Amino acid sequence: MNDKPHLDEEALTELQDVMEEEFAVLINTYLKDSSDRITYLRNAIGSADADAFAKTAHSFKGSSINIGAPKLGDLCLEAENAGKANRLGDAAKVVDQIETEFLRIQKTLKEFLS
Amino acid sequence: MKVSADHVDASALRILIADDSDSDRLILKTLLKRLGHEVRAASDGREAVTVFPDYQPDIVLLDVLMPVMDGIDAARRIKEMAGEELVPVIFLTSLTDADALAHCLDAGGDDFLTKPYNKVIIQAKLGAFNRMRQMHRTLSRQRDLIQDRNRQLLEEQQLAKRVFDNIAHTGCLDADNIRYHISPLSIFNGDILFACPRPAGGMHILVGDFTGHGLPAAIGALPIAEIFYGMTTMGFSGSDLLREINDKLVRILPTGMFCCAALIQADFHLNQLRIWNGGLPDGVLIRRDGTKEFLESKYLPLGVLSSGRFDASMEVFHTSAGDMLLMMTDGVLEAENQNSEQYGGARLKQALDNASASEQLIDAVLTDVVAFCGHRKGRDDLTLVSLKMVVDAEFRQPAEQLPQSVLKGPTDWHCVYEVRDETLGKFSPLPLLLHICMEVPGLRRKSADIYTLLSELYNNALEHGVLKLSSDLKTSSDGFSYYYSERERRLGNVDGHFIRFSLAHRKTDAGGQLRIICEDSGDGFDHTTELESQATEAHYSGRGLMLMQKLGNSLRYSEYGSCAEIVYDWELAEPVPE
Repeated sequence: MNDKPHLDEEALTELQDVMEEEFAVLINTYLKDSSDRITYLRNAIGSADADAFAKTAHSFKGSSINIGAPKLGDLCLEAENAGKANRLGDAAKVVDQIETEFLRIQKTLKEFLS
Repeated sequence: MKVSADHVDASALRILIADDSDSDRLILKTLLKRLGHEVRAASDGREAVTVFPDYQPDIVLLDVLMPVMDGIDAARRIKEMAGEELVPVIFLTSLTDADALAHCLDAGGDDFLTKPYNKVIIQAKLGAFNRMRQMHRTLSRQRDLIQDRNRQLLEEQQLAKRVFDNIAHTGCLDADNIRYHISPLSIFNGDILFACPRPAGGMHILVGDFTGHGLPAAIGALPIAEIFYGMTTMGFSGSDLLREINDKLVRILPTGMFCCAALIQADFHLNQLRIWNGGLPDGVLIRRDGTKEFLESKYLPLGVLSSGRFDASMEVFHTSAGDMLLMMTDGVLEAENQNSEQYGGARLKQALDNASASEQLIDAVLTDVVAFCGHRKGRDDLTLVSLKMVVDAEFRQPAEQLPQSVLKGPTDWHCVYEVRDETLGKFSPLPLLLHICMEVPGLRRKSADIYTLLSELYNNALEHGVLKLSSDLKTSSDGFSYYYSERERRLGNVDGHFIRFSLAHRKTDAGGQLRIICEDSGDGFDHTTELESQATEAHYSGRGLMLMQKLGNSLRYSEYGSCAEIVYDWELAEPVPE
């Protein structure tokens, strides 16, 4: 189901246009928040807190969509749904996928900035 | 519809946003600032609720899912704090399912924005909500203005009513033989109802209905009340009042505005009602035995005809104690039920037939009208008055309780006033003579006595002396009407006749002495048999000589009855003990 692009170039360009000199701040904020969120997601699985898991996935989804990372957004939605359905067993696998996708995006974004 | 970017740019808004995601918050804040708005960013719902009162934003943008306090809870509290003010709340969401979006709107949200944010859509929505906000503010301001004006109007009406009530008071409507219903705010629906005792007993009642409503209708009531109370107290007749009121209204009222009215002059000692009905529904005279006479309007309302064309003659009815007169304004007949049917004359007649105890006549009619209309509001436009004829009721005005005037006035004087020829038929000198006597300090308290003496002397001189009518005629009902038609006829031919009053007053130790001599050009009449017959039988001619003897200290006739002299001694009021 997840055939969306890794990065939406058009959205990213528009963001850059809006943010001007704050674009770098935004990207760095996003990257920092996202890696924190991946840690939260793993912790939530560890403490079997499905609700916290779903909420974190939801926020992660929103900011990923906004930044122009639709594929990551879709993976977060999958995680959110798993959390809501209290299927934390499936969740660990999705978090792995999220992390992989995130690392990929992080690399591209950093290139984009430099 | 195209949103003009210039227009929206021109209105910079204060926007409060709340989002727990740092990057999302940064994007939105920067975007809004670039669009020219002022932004305050909060990182959760509680922070947004806390800063809301001080920041006073025009529009609030809330993320739905936030830690500490979520957007839905925050929206509810913000709407509460905003009160009547419209502060649009727009939810920020990546939610996609319809139920969840609907839930946001149910919670008091006005719209939502989905991620990723789109500059054009955000700008368009802000513009639309700003217009809605301004429209709401304009409406609220106009509503407040209208409320304010309305309150001001009511205050003015209340103030005006206080002034009106002082001038257009209800006089002696509280007398035992009068019953009435009138709306407390009648003055503003144009209905008037006044009653005033006449100096020599009896009373005048004026019931009327101005065209129009509100202040214009109320203004016409003021001069009517002034004339009605002023002239009645000075002893003028009903016809005099009608002419004066009509003339005044013709002069002051705009065309198309007039007053449907009826004037009732009740003379209890004569057992007589004089009635003038100009434009009101039929009055009803209910005899003691239950028979009814309907007194229809025979004249145009007051304020229509110029004085030259105005007819102020009043119809005379001979009555007995217990007879009842009912008058009303057309609000009674025109009262409508839910089907817009009017109450009407037929229903009124039925209600009168059913009302057995005549004392409750007014209540019976009112109850019937209200039952017909089906709501209490029907009473608002109804004005009814009933007058019961009584045995020479003592409607002495409370002049005897008046404080003594502090004004100095003439105490020693003499004057002669003679009315002659055709003036005898057209003019009553009584108000003028009473006025002269009332200039004496202390004598004002005796105005009823003085007026009675003057009017008895005058009527005897006119009817028995000049017109040569015999009071024997008045002993039967037929003779009674013959007497009055004959009186009218003979008044048309009084050339060469006169009635002369000589009044003299002097001060005494205790108070004063008024001497009244009344001479006429007639052949005199036999006052001795007149006096005897009055003592033995209850005559229609009523009190007459007996009364004068009782009031005056001495009554003397000379010149075969064509010259009468009365001496009236009066005393200053004793100081009232504390």
